[in-house]
Amino acid sequence: MRPVDETPKPRHRPVKGTRIPMRENDPLERIASFTEVGLGYDAAEAHTEAMRCLQCAKPPCVDGCPVHIDIKGFIGKIIEGDECAGVEVLKTRNALPAACGRVCPQEEQCEASCVLQRTGQPIAIGRLERYLGDFDLARVPAERCRPEIAPASGKRVAVVGSGPAGLACAGELAMRGHGVTVFESLHVPGGVLVYGIPEFRLPKALVQAEIDMLAEIGVRIVTDAVVGTTYTIDDLLTAEGFDAAFIGSGAGLPIFSGIPGENLNGVYSSNEFLTRVNLMRAYEFPRSDTPVWRGRTVAVVGGGNVAMDAARTALRLGAAHVMLVYRRAEEEMPARHEEVHHARQEGVEFVMLCSPQEVLGRDGFVTGMRVTRMELGEPDESGRRAPMCVIGSEFDLECDTVIMALGTRANPLLAKAAPDLELDKRGYIVTDADGATNLPGVYAGGDIVTGSATVIRAMGAGKDAARAMDAWLRRS
Amino acid sequence: MFEVLATRQLSDAVFEMKVAAPAVAAKAHAGQFFILRVDAEGERVPFTFSDWSAEEGWIRFIFMRVGLTTHKLTHLAAGDFLADVAGPLGVPSHAGGLGRVAVVGGGVGAAVAYPVARAMCAAGDEVTVILGARNAELLILEDEFRALPLKDLVVMTDDGSAGRHGLVTAPLKELCETGAIDHAMAIGPAIMMKFCAATTKEFAVPTVVSLNPIMVDGTGMCGACRVSVGGEMKFGCVDGPDFDGHLVDFEELMSRQRVYVDDERVADAEFSKGCSCGL
Ligand SMILES: Cc1cc2nc3c(=O)[nH]c(=O)nc-3n(C[C@H](O)[C@H](O)[C@H](O)COP(=O)(O)OP(=O)(O)OC[C@H]3O[C@@H](n4cnc5c(N)ncnc54)[C@H](O)[C@@H]3O)c2cc1C
Ligand SMILES: Cc1cc2nc3c(=O)[nH]c(=O)nc-3n(C[C@H](O)[C@H](O)[C@H](O)COP(=O)(O)OP(=O)(O)OC[C@H]3O[C@@H](n4cnc5c(N)ncnc54)[C@H](O)[C@@H]3O)c2cc1C
Ligand code: SF4
Ligand code: SF4
Ligand code: FES
Repeated sequence: MRPVDETPKPRHRPVKGTRIPMRENDPLERIASFTEVGLGYDAAEAHTEAMRCLQCAKPPCVDGCPVHIDIKGFIGKIIEGDECAGVEVLKTRNALPAACGRVCPQEEQCEASCVLQRTGQPIAIGRLERYLGDFDLARVPAERCRPEIAPASGKRVAVVGSGPAGLACAGELAMRGHGVTVFESLHVPGGVLVYGIPEFRLPKALVQAEIDMLAEIGVRIVTDAVVGTTYTIDDLLTAEGFDAAFIGSGAGLPIFSGIPGENLNGVYSSNEFLTRVNLMRAYEFPRSDTPVWRGRTVAVVGGGNVAMDAARTALRLGAAHVMLVYRRAEEEMPARHEEVHHARQEGVEFVMLCSPQEVLGRDGFVTGMRVTRMELGEPDESGRRAPMCVIGSEFDLECDTVIMALGTRANPLLAKAAPDLELDKRGYIVTDADGATNLPGVYAGGDIVTGSATVIRAMGAGKDAARAMDAWLRRS
Repeated sequence: MFEVLATRQLSDAVFEMKVAAPAVAAKAHAGQFFILRVDAEGERVPFTFSDWSAEEGWIRFIFMRVGLTTHKLTHLAAGDFLADVAGPLGVPSHAGGLGRVAVVGGGVGAAVAYPVARAMCAAGDEVTVILGARNAELLILEDEFRALPLKDLVVMTDDGSAGRHGLVTAPLKELCETGAIDHAMAIGPAIMMKFCAATTKEFAVPTVVSLNPIMVDGTGMCGACRVSVGGEMKFGCVDGPDFDGHLVDFEELMSRQRVYVDDERVADAEFSKGCSCGL
């Protein structure tokens, strides 16, 4: 920790103005590669944007952030020109600011709660957070913001899954002096941050740098370890000698639509498509060994971040025409606004209020998709208007690839080998507010508890559980 | 990294590899598989255990050189390393309480059939093994099978160069006709399993097949391995690889196995350019 600065600060005088835009690569150039789209703020832009912040006495933005980051505090540090201190403020609550600054749905969270939202020009909190995260990552490892490590407790914790929940939990536990080993079933750690979210939105080097940092503070990462088969939770707590375990295994089970023709060649789940491209780097094939079907005309079914990622990835693999088929209206798409905007800029065609009925094919390969038009009925329990089929409105879209981005469910692999672990009826793990499951010393958090959510919520759950586990370990 | 302990060439295109993987070996069961990556650029590719030792911490598998990954594997020798080995994956094969069973192993399928037949024998089933290959050269593991307490071992070759002349379905049909088996299990190329299942279906002999769809993660995350069984979508990696052969849509499986043929040819050709092994 840094010494407390006692000198009185000059009073902050906010500077009125509009949000500083973030520089981006040109849409036509960027769809030819997987390089990042947004370029981030430079120091001058960050400072100018930060100067717009009112430094509210009771900042409402903080409550908009699921993990209550001291937003006013870190922006204050940018105003003072003390980026190092800003990083420290962020890191107390957010293990991966460079990632969250890029992928949080800020327009629904922190920025939606900023007092300046009323003017239509809320502070660009995400971009400032990204600025600080990148500032930290650009430093040589020795100078990076690293947490102070408590003296060794002698306790050992197993963390299952290396997505945002697992990584945040591991970091927090290591900081509190526990010996942490992360077990990851894939050959690379990072979870959805590496296998799902594409390079052009979240460069993998950033995630790797954060993982390297964890290794530096003593976290051990074991890849190729499928918990449920290679080790069960019980093995970890008995034969392997861990004192506690955290499960952050995500919600990795793709949902298919069940329509005819879904097993034709050229139909992918978004998980498979994105995994082949991001994790296995099929976009470098044949320099990398894993192929992916490169469609000329691609239909992506869905309206969330995953659908946007799949559509924009297909463009970058060389598709001439990419359609996004969604059964509700555009305003109701759950994707981040920025992703919708980018997808449109890059030329994705939005086919709204249409629902797939059948994938059409010839000789085993996709040739098209039959869809039916939808209209919106009365609002349902979620407040959204339920889409209903318009009878007789079927028509065919021509395409050679269909990507189903319909969401994910709980993967039962781990739980099958832990019959005593309490699950809800959809297969998600049941926990109390601290993340404790019904098994002593076993905690869980992230998508495997809440269902598909967000990076920051998963991280928050990992950190919260780590605090509760720390207390539990010190008691037991 | 996982150390290669030994390799052996069994025939022109078939090889055996023994790898140190203690955590995987400790949990392996007959009929299960694992996923490997050869190197940092490697694809995730599944292979079934042909043997393992929990005590000594190794696994063994037998593979046929068909494309890039299996080509790269043939270049490795004892002391080299595989980048990744993850497993065990899939549901173990059912053994015990089956009564009189015919286990059919075709081609490299024999490698998978071996531990399954062994487990069945150990569990008290009465096992007849039918081994099939194109010719005597390609026949593998015959001695290992002979060492098991089998009821019978029938060897079939397409050209008659060893054992009986003909396809594995001929003796399978005879066993069905004489009412000599209660169950059957077929492991081999999809086309062979399809015909085995068609053979036993006529006699209503329950038949399990071990499917080999294209996979990526092997843990139920991607859905690449989906197969239609009785009209339902199943994931080969977590629901299988064993399924009821009478319900499997083999045409779909075979079609899905061919999706990347052109890419696979490109990848292997690229690699072979810089390679002098002559395979
Ligand atoms: C394509 C895509 C785009 C997204 N975009 C956004 C976005 O823009 N903004 C946002 O906030 N959120 C986004 N999300 C959602 C967000 O990524 C997830 O909510 C978040 O990653 C969940 O974190 P987690 O740690 O719970 O699980 P995951 O990230 O899923 O990580 C779980 C890890 O556990 C491993 N694992 C699973 N089972 C086992 C096992 N049995 N043994 C060992 N390891 C196991 C997995 O391999 C994985 O590495 C997106 C998701 C996807 C798929
Ligand atoms: C559960 C399971 C167990 C298997 N066990 C064995 C075994 O014990 N011995 C053995 O020789 N083979 C086994 N196979 C098949 C083996 O995985 C393929 O031969 C291997 O993938 C070929 O890879 P390649 O790069 O050499 O050839 P490629 O040229 O890439 O592929 C040749 C053919 O192999 C299949 N294939 C390619 N990639 C994959 C993949 N990622 N997953 C599955 N199949 C693929 C396809 O049908 C393809 O057309 C098994 C497959 C499965 C699914
Ligand atoms: S973590 Fe996300 S929600 Fe919280 S302040 Fe940062 S960008 Fe906003
Ligand atoms: S609400 Fe907006 S203006 Fe007020 S402190 Fe937070 S970011 Fe600054
Ligand atoms: S291989 Fe991915 S779900 Fe089976």
